[in-house]
Amino acid sequence: MAETFTIGDRSYASRLIMGTGGAPSIEILREALIASGTRLTTVAMRRVAAGTRGSILDLLAELEIDVLPNTAGCLTAGDAVLTARLAREALGTSWVKLEVIADEHTLLPDPIELVDAARTLVDDGFTVLPYTNDDPVLARRLEDVGCAAVMPLGAPIGSGLGIRNPHNIELIVAAARVPVILDAGIGSASDAALAMELGCAGVLLASAVTRSQQPALMAAAMRDAVAAGYACRAAGRIPVRRFALASSPSRDESPAF
Amino acid sequence: MSSSSGCDCAVLGGGLIGLAVAWRAALGGLSVHLADPDPGAGASSAAAGMLAPVTEAHYGEERLLDLNLRSAQLYPSFADELSRFTDLPTGYDTRGTLAVAFDRDDRAVLAETAAYHRKLDLESTPLTGREARALEPMLAPGVQAALLVEHDHQVDNRLLHRALLAAAVRAGVRIHRSAAEIVVEDGRARGLRLESGEVLATDQVVLAAGCWSSETPGLPPGALPRIRPVRGQILRLAMGTQPLLARTIRAMVRGRYVYLVPRAHGELVIGATTDELGFDTSVTSGGVYELLRDAHEVVPGITELALVESRTGLRPGSPDNAPLLGQTALPGLIAATGHYRNGVLLTPVTADAIASLLIDGTIPGYAVPFSPQRFGGPSCA
Repeated sequence: MAETFTIGDRSYASRLIMGTGGAPSIEILREALIASGTRLTTVAMRRVAAGTRGSILDLLAELEIDVLPNTAGCLTAGDAVLTARLAREALGTSWVKLEVIADEHTLLPDPIELVDAARTLVDDGFTVLPYTNDDPVLARRLEDVGCAAVMPLGAPIGSGLGIRNPHNIELIVAAARVPVILDAGIGSASDAALAMELGCAGVLLASAVTRSQQPALMAAAMRDAVAAGYACRAAGRIPVRRFALASSPSRDESPAF
Repeated sequence: MSSSSGCDCAVLGGGLIGLAVAWRAALGGLSVHLADPDPGAGASSAAAGMLAPVTEAHYGEERLLDLNLRSAQLYPSFADELSRFTDLPTGYDTRGTLAVAFDRDDRAVLAETAAYHRKLDLESTPLTGREARALEPMLAPGVQAALLVEHDHQVDNRLLHRALLAAAVRAGVRIHRSAAEIVVEDGRARGLRLESGEVLATDQVVLAAGCWSSETPGLPPGALPRIRPVRGQILRLAMGTQPLLARTIRAMVRGRYVYLVPRAHGELVIGATTDELGFDTSVTSGGVYELLRDAHEVVPGITELALVESRTGLRPGSPDNAPLLGQTALPGLIAATGHYRNGVLLTPVTADAIASLLIDGTIPGYAVPFSPQRFGGPSCA
């Protein structure tokens, strides 16, 4: 891709952030991560322990992929802050993907707890990447408390429902001064491309790859889709017309108007 | 101070795999020693004992499926031979397995599973929720659909371990209740050194130490692909004389898996979590809560049962979830480890393959794809 992708004080050559949840084995995860080209990958801190050899963290270190610890499974700001601090202690990174979910059925973010936790963690020196609802007002609040990016969902985690409200994602992108990363809901490559066409700076996905029938192949598809969507946005698409316009004009087209 | 006794083969690890290999090797005429500080204390006694190649079939693991099916076919004769050799039961039980879907999303996953079974020619029968409840009346009314898998069976892994220990002793295996270190000389394994200092000198060392395999003292770096512990929390309830279920239930409940395995003697095993938290063997409140919550969604009647045990086991996870069988990168060191979710199921086939290697020097063709040397460099550590 033409430009690198910058969040906080880091730049990445890939705009695809991967998650590891649902991977059937370490070998399959390795192949998928390599195929995805990702340079930043999120790991649930409640499900892994630092220092276990042969673990997911070991694999990320070997592939030189930065670890983005997340607070998956936390239902209160208190839980999330504690989990983030334990992750910082264990991994020596002050970056965190902040998740505070409202309930276990929808796994939707709890907006009030989320803003509270984000404020506390930013004040504590963390680089906070919050997983949020696709609400432009909430996104602005998160930016206001000092988050380094905002990560609105396309649809509930693991649902593969795609981007249910593209208009809201556009509104978030239009107002944001920090990178907007589409997080959750991606099911297919076209969803990832759409996120980039809407102006997102990156895409975060896990299940779409790890739970697919051939994770490495799907990871490559997602890599290409993110690149294609980014290039498409940069190239500037044609205006939508109601009627046909022959691509080979019968007379010279003069400069517009 | 250190003494030395020679033998044809020394096995490190007295779980199901180590004992079955030792037993088969001894039956084949080899002199066999086995070291384990507490035989059967690991995953062998924690496991649920499902023999479920079909309901355990996963995309991308088709080679492992072949090995699993082969071992499942060996089970009736293996269990029978073991019981006749020891006069002990194994709890081998052929009542089958019912995979059930709890909500509409789970039903979609079950339908995909059924299609996968058809593609692979695996036998499973789709049932409606009503048909499933006719077979298992204690299932919740909300159960949407099911797959009946007649050929996924179970064994009582604790009875099986007791029988294998007795069989090994009867066949002449010397059991040493001790930790051990691999003795390496001139770039090859030469035996096991026990805590007492005694050396079991041999040219064939079998590493069957489950999730601890990679931590074995004396193991040279790079000799073995990395085996990591994957914690499973598992519960045992008592059904008493009125069994709640007639066969194993494997349920998907709102995207999460839970299984309920009823034993003929009244135990109900409910499992299992999958946590990658190193060698931590704690039972967590969240683990117990989630297992009981999901099991209760599928079989509401479990709330009346006594909860008699909650424990953890550490699955030996290999990089690709398949076992490491055969010669390692260290000459003289043979691996029989890394069985991950399928150790109980793969016990007979592992015993046959490794015993053949020990006795004849050749490993059967079906085990060749599971060579410990199948990975590239980075997986070794």
